Amino acid sequence: MKDRKALAENQMFVAILASVASIAIGLIFGSILLLILNPSKAGLGISAILTTGFSSLDQFGKVLYQSAPLMLCGLSVGFAFKTGMFNIGATGQYTIGAFCALVGAIAFQLPWWMCLLLSFVGGAVWGVFPGLFKALFNVNEVITSIMFNWIGMYLVNLLLANMPIMLASAWGASNSDRTANLAQANPGAMIPKGGLDRLFGDSSWINISVFIAIIVAVICWFILEKTTFGYELKACGYNKDSARYAGINANRNIISSMIIAGALSGLGGGLYYLAGTIQYVLEKKTLAMGFNGIPVALLANSNPIGTIFSSLFISYIQVGGSAMQPNFSSESTDIIIAVIIYLAAFALLIRGFITKLLKGGQKEEVKE
Amino acid sequence: MNILANIISLTVVFAVPLMLVALGGMYSEHSGVINLALEGIMVIGALCACFTLQAFDKNGFGPAHPQLSMLIATLVAAVTGMIFSLFLAFAAINLKADQTIGGTALNTFAPAFAVVVTWAVQGQGLTTIQIPSWIRITQENFGLEPGKGFLDMLIFKYFYLTTPIAIILFFAAWILMYKTRFGLRLRACGEHPQAADSVGINVYRMRYAGVLISGVLGGIGGIAYTIAVGSGFSSSVGGYGFLALAVMIFGNWKPVQIMGSAVFFALFKVIAAYNQSIPFLPKFEGMKDQSSLYQMLPYIVTMIVLIFTSKHSQAPKAEGIPYDKGSR
Repeated sequence: MKDRKALAENQMFVAILASVASIAIGLIFGSILLLILNPSKAGLGISAILTTGFSSLDQFGKVLYQSAPLMLCGLSVGFAFKTGMFNIGATGQYTIGAFCALVGAIAFQLPWWMCLLLSFVGGAVWGVFPGLFKALFNVNEVITSIMFNWIGMYLVNLLLANMPIMLASAWGASNSDRTANLAQANPGAMIPKGGLDRLFGDSSWINISVFIAIIVAVICWFILEKTTFGYELKACGYNKDSARYAGINANRNIISSMIIAGALSGLGGGLYYLAGTIQYVLEKKTLAMGFNGIPVALLANSNPIGTIFSSLFISYIQVGGSAMQPNFSSESTDIIIAVIIYLAAFALLIRGFITKLLKGGQKEEVKE
Repeated sequence: MNILANIISLTVVFAVPLMLVALGGMYSEHSGVINLALEGIMVIGALCACFTLQAFDKNGFGPAHPQLSMLIATLVAAVTGMIFSLFLAFAAINLKADQTIGGTALNTFAPAFAVVVTWAVQGQGLTTIQIPSWIRITQENFGLEPGKGFLDMLIFKYFYLTTPIAIILFFAAWILMYKTRFGLRLRACGEHPQAADSVGINVYRMRYAGVLISGVLGGIGGIAYTIAVGSGFSSSVGGYGFLALAVMIFGNWKPVQIMGSAVFFALFKVIAAYNQSIPFLPKFEGMKDQSSLYQMLPYIVTMIVLIFTSKHSQAPKAEGIPYDKGSR
């Protein structure tokens, strides 16, 4: 029973087990809800969530395609968490990033990698505000982020409405409520498929974005775990006052971590809209993708490598959720995600419980 | 003149949900719990109240007793909002969970739950619950002749039961916060829970009270918002829960100022929607989609105000920090 005790003390293992447990509880809760709402179709709905992602190469391509922006939003939220900041503003940074990328692609006819760079910078600019407000004026970053989500969305709508060249109507389509189709406006701005489309049976979704996201995740891990800068960031997250006492400039770290978090979300926006599959629609609603970065980061316990897997999982159940229609609304997956977030709020408690469970088993052994 | 009457009455009808929900946030934050879940609480309250109204409409009780039905629907919103806020209270107070994450979870849950339930009840794709038209208070309720004069437009164009309820709750909030023992104790728990505990106040119970009251007001705010929008409930309250947080901060966590800032924010929302037909607003030649500009302004103003007021912020000092009896 030595192994068991060792496992209980392995924080990584306990954290993963806690995440798996909250996923399981979320899925069970979702299934029960479907059963109550429509018992005859519940089986179909549950199996749609669980199997659609692997049902065909096309659907699996969609899982990978959607996981890339999710991964970056998750990395963004996680990176801010590590410095003790709650970046609920990922959606605003994501919107600004998407806008910058699309302006580069359509108005300036830049190649895709330049557009991605623009989205990175745009998101970073939007991330400066929460950091700056927190560091200089001690305004809660949650409030600033929420305000800037709305400001960002309305600003992008305002700018797009006044840039006729950006809209689909300027490129031969009839609708002016969305940006131009990249295939017509600038095919060179579309993220290359790198031959993956042939591998995935001509899936329209797949491109190399998921690999770009994974590389970024590894870079984030390297920064946080292997550099002095990352160490300082984490020190601020654990205890701002003692970090300051140790000679770390806490304010500078808060601002830099929010800039990086913003840049990551912005890049996510660029990756999603430069695929060319989906056009940016001018809506009066903040985009859900940024908010979904929160469960991704929470499930991964803010670990960049873990984010790769948690974003794949969230993307997988989302693809499954859209296959549930018309029997159930695709929002059913959001309920599962909400349960997972709720459980993550007291993750420490769950981790403590799992540790106790593992250790408790060992104690009983001793008694015998 | 009629356009002025229209703007004023619309501002009032939109200020009602903002003020109610912001007051809710105020109770919760004064007790020491950040209630980010207001948006979700509004959605749940509105959902249940709309289903109640729909049921009354179908069985004929509603058209026969419109204001009684409306009162019952408002109570349903209050109770369901309170029940939903229990989840936040339990996580934040008993489990000492991260309050912002708990609130985010409820905000994710509520609109998804509303869509799923609306689908299940109304059938596929029917995501909007229609609100019956009899809920409006008209001139006939007071034995008056319907007319189109200035006062008729001002008072009766958008007159619903939620407006008098909001006025009563506003005065109740002011009295409760500043003139009763409960208010003093509540504020103590948000400022310095250890000190409050040391003089025999049950901090956990006071925090429950704060969150549950915010659930009641959030729920009523949800149905008030849905009525104000007027196009039925489609599983969303359009970010008003978050806007209400801004109203609360802008109002410096104090009832009177919260009412003022609610009117201010509502006015901007109305101007954004009607900017084309308001004669005295500046017209930016050649600029399209000016409503986005006006929609953006209240948020920008809030941020600027926050810069100047953050040094003298009246924010409860212990908000967001779980209270642990054992810690020092």
